[in-house]
Amino acid sequence: MTGAVFAALTSHWWRNPLQLFTLLAGLALATALWSGVQAVNAEARASYDAAAATLGEGQFDQLLAEGGGPIPQATYIALRRAGWLVSPVVEGRLNGVRIVGQDPLTAPGGLGPVTLDQGADIGAFLSGQGQIFGTQEALDQLGDIDADPVLSPDVAPGTVITDIGVAQRLLNQPDQINRLLIAPRQPLIQTALEQAAPDLRRQPAQGGSDIGRLTGSFHLNLTAFGLLSFAVGIFIVNGAIGLAFEQRRPVVRTLRALGVPLPRLIALMAVELMLMALLAGVAGVMLGYLIASLLLPDVAATLRGLYGADVAGTLQLRPVWWLSGLAIAMGGTAMAAGGAFWRLARMPLLAGAAPRALAMAAGRRAVLQGVAAIILLIAALLLGITGNGLLAGFAMLACLLIGAALALPLLLDRVLALLQLRAGEVRAAWFWADTRQQLPGLSLALMALLLAMAANVGVSTMVSSFRLTFTGFLDQRLASELYVTARTPQEAAALQSYVAPKVEAILPIQSAEAQIAGFPTEVFGARDHATYREGWTFLTAAPTPWDDLAAGEAILINEQLARRSGLAVGDIVTLGATPLTIAATYGDYGNPIGQVIITEPLFARLYPSETPLRFGLRMDPAAVPDLVQSLAKDLSLPPDQTINQARIKQFSLDVFDRTFTVTTALNVLTLAVAGFAILMSLLTLAAMRVPQLAPAWAMGMTRAQLGRFELIRAVLLAVLTAMAALPLGLALAWALLAIVNVAAFGWKLPMFLFPLDYLRLLVFALIAAALAALWPAWRLSRTPPSDLLKVFSNER
Amino acid sequence: MLLNATDIHKTFQTADGPFAVLRGVSLTLAAGDTLALTGESGSGKSTLLHLIGGLDVPDQGQIMLDGVDIAALDDTGRAALRRGTVGVVFQQFNLIPSLRVIDNIAFQARLAGQHDAAWCAELADRMGLKPQLRKYPEQLSGGQQQRVAIARTLAPKPKLVLADEPTGNLDEATAEVVLSLMLDLVSETQAGLLMVTHSDRLAGRMVRRLHLARGQVA
Repeated sequence: MTGAVFAALTSHWWRNPLQLFTLLAGLALATALWSGVQAVNAEARASYDAAAATLGEGQFDQLLAEGGGPIPQATYIALRRAGWLVSPVVEGRLNGVRIVGQDPLTAPGGLGPVTLDQGADIGAFLSGQGQIFGTQEALDQLGDIDADPVLSPDVAPGTVITDIGVAQRLLNQPDQINRLLIAPRQPLIQTALEQAAPDLRRQPAQGGSDIGRLTGSFHLNLTAFGLLSFAVGIFIVNGAIGLAFEQRRPVVRTLRALGVPLPRLIALMAVELMLMALLAGVAGVMLGYLIASLLLPDVAATLRGLYGADVAGTLQLRPVWWLSGLAIAMGGTAMAAGGAFWRLARMPLLAGAAPRALAMAAGRRAVLQGVAAIILLIAALLLGITGNGLLAGFAMLACLLIGAALALPLLLDRVLALLQLRAGEVRAAWFWADTRQQLPGLSLALMALLLAMAANVGVSTMVSSFRLTFTGFLDQRLASELYVTARTPQEAAALQSYVAPKVEAILPIQSAEAQIAGFPTEVFGARDHATYREGWTFLTAAPTPWDDLAAGEAILINEQLARRSGLAVGDIVTLGATPLTIAATYGDYGNPIGQVIITEPLFARLYPSETPLRFGLRMDPAAVPDLVQSLAKDLSLPPDQTINQARIKQFSLDVFDRTFTVTTALNVLTLAVAGFAILMSLLTLAAMRVPQLAPAWAMGMTRAQLGRFELIRAVLLAVLTAMAALPLGLALAWALLAIVNVAAFGWKLPMFLFPLDYLRLLVFALIAAALAALWPAWRLSRTPPSDLLKVFSNER
Repeated sequence: MLLNATDIHKTFQTADGPFAVLRGVSLTLAAGDTLALTGESGSGKSTLLHLIGGLDVPDQGQIMLDGVDIAALDDTGRAALRRGTVGVVFQQFNLIPSLRVIDNIAFQARLAGQHDAAWCAELADRMGLKPQLRKYPEQLSGGQQQRVAIARTLAPKPKLVLADEPTGNLDEATAEVVLSLMLDLVSETQAGLLMVTHSDRLAGRMVRRLHLARGQVA
């Protein structure tokens, strides 16, 4: 029995290959977008983890030289003798590759990602020539060196690991160390650091990778996008499964009437769907791999430029990633088919006993859908007003998007009913009535379009707002035309004397670390100058913040500190023993920790040992190249000690544009998926439409007219959907900027509107809808009269 | 006795309240016997057929089919009964549109685990369906589709054939041919036949006739 029933069920797909294609393609696209984004994220995260493991950053306390220079090897030996369990690290760059030299016998984390089973022979590693571990890319880039290369794919991209002696030899740093890692367990008795190594300072463990935190925002946005794309795909799958079940309803009833038990039937249909999900999942994962490998170079460049994070530019096929891709394909199918199975299980065997059961059930579903939509939208509103934290932010987003998607068909139905009432001409009245009748079949595709467009509006508003804010922020922060860094206090003094007659102003950049309201904070001492007074904008401020600051009575704090500590303008904080009133809060995007600004004299009084080594120079931008040259010639200041502001800004904007490449690509893909959903829905509905259109044809409308009406209908529904998508997208952007971003990173981004972008999106959506409707409309206009006549000859 | 239905009651809930479709109907049918069930629309003919076929359960009364009380069976038991003991010919054919004619004919026999390829071929031949075996139902006329449905019902050689206005969608000449074929085949397999019909002429071809009016035997 099982074989016969399974063959009967699957035969449906062979007779309806377009429906099969819709289902498989929808699921494959959904899986591809999701797993593509996840692959990019996984690759980047693996790179950060490898970097953290390789460099020991964030995991262990470290000892660094006070002035930032190298540490003599003798200091290391002295510390070991004084009872300190420390391990030396030598690092530097050769041929663009970061070389990390470690001592495998003392390193608290071992050799990071390199293990003995990867070919690390401790003897060879420590021997004269030594071994060097890295990815193929890094080893190739390093070129011919005097050490045995060993391929190790888990080492951070652009980095190689070797023995400390080999690193010193390759980097030409004999007897020098860059930092010392402190083992977590230390002997109870040891000489104090100040006595054993007075020139070293201890840097505490950071409890996690800085890079991971900084790039979190970027990945969060990518993940949100991947999730939305997946949701759009699942709408397609849901639509395809719903239509397939609807079409197979008579067959299911016949099978049951012929003696197939319902549980067996449901089980076989579930097996059938899961097989398809598996097939589509495999195709989706492969497609996702392709998308990821196309996106990854841009993402890698973005992260490298924006956060200094090295991410491999090539993709690895990680088992966790492709298994999760398959799991999400199958889970998504189960989710999309849940409703259809529920209806199937409750379907009466004898429809004749309740001929209006289906219509009544559809009516009840609409009421339930409306109630669910209202509840979800109210929940979103309440979460938006009262919610706090990342979870509340995402819950609000989910409620908002699902609620709006559920409300869309009901909203469209009301609008169409109104238009039908107002239609004067008979053909117009038929058109609106017919559109309403088609709405249930198209509603899932329209929901997918709504989500795709809302995601487009939301994410592009967020990214563009971020760009605008960040550009303004760069203008504010990088106001000086040239930045110079001296290597010693003596050089700093000489530098100031030298440039004073050549520039309009010298703005020292000096900072120290402090605890404010219990939070680690950077304290900056700023000179009272028009650059700050005129260029800076504040999020909140007292009436005269700069005057208050200049008087030495006030302090400016960044948004992160204000949010974390609950401090606001007018509150008083104590720095050293000095009470200071908060005069303003300012945006400080990208900075994970608190920051404050005090006036220069107060900084000098509080931190007398800090001498400014960095300076911002205000000058004629055209004179910058000459000054850089003369600094090199007259003061022997190397070019890498000077930073041209225009170059930094251009670089930052380039980075942004590459970031936009990723988001734009995902935007276009999501919209294409929604267009595909409309196309497939229209094609699937086309066969079911003939009985509805044949009477209109018989009563005198031409096939060409009917085809035109189909096209106009699709475009019109897309316009109505776009009108609903705009406010939804803006609400999405607001939620991302004002709730999710604040909860995740501690700063709120202002929201700007971009009407021209929205107009362009509307045009794209209309083109997508028109293109999707073109083929079905053309097919309809070419329907042979014999097919239309069949409707009447088959009437019973 | 192949079928013995006693004091059958069935009530449906409607928008206007409960509606008693069957009110104490009883009937019997022996193997090889044919019975026409006639009556006006709404008299309860189809409902009685569905109850005997195990497609629904009576509110009251007993239906003994081949020694088994249908009302006492659960869903799975009734499904097993429909697979093997009973065959139903529907007015709307209810073929599986995605299967070819040859597979539709063999389908119920396969479900019952009683597939006999030679018997299926003979049924197709006698129904005049040989040239249509590779076609799909939508490519056949109404008469041809009904012949496929009858062949499908007879393929597992059921003990009882239930037919719900099997010729209701066919023209008179085709209806005559289809009915003659069905009667011949039922006679050969010694199955009992219970047929619902509006037509006095077709009812006259059966051995016995039972007329229902307002849910009762008239």
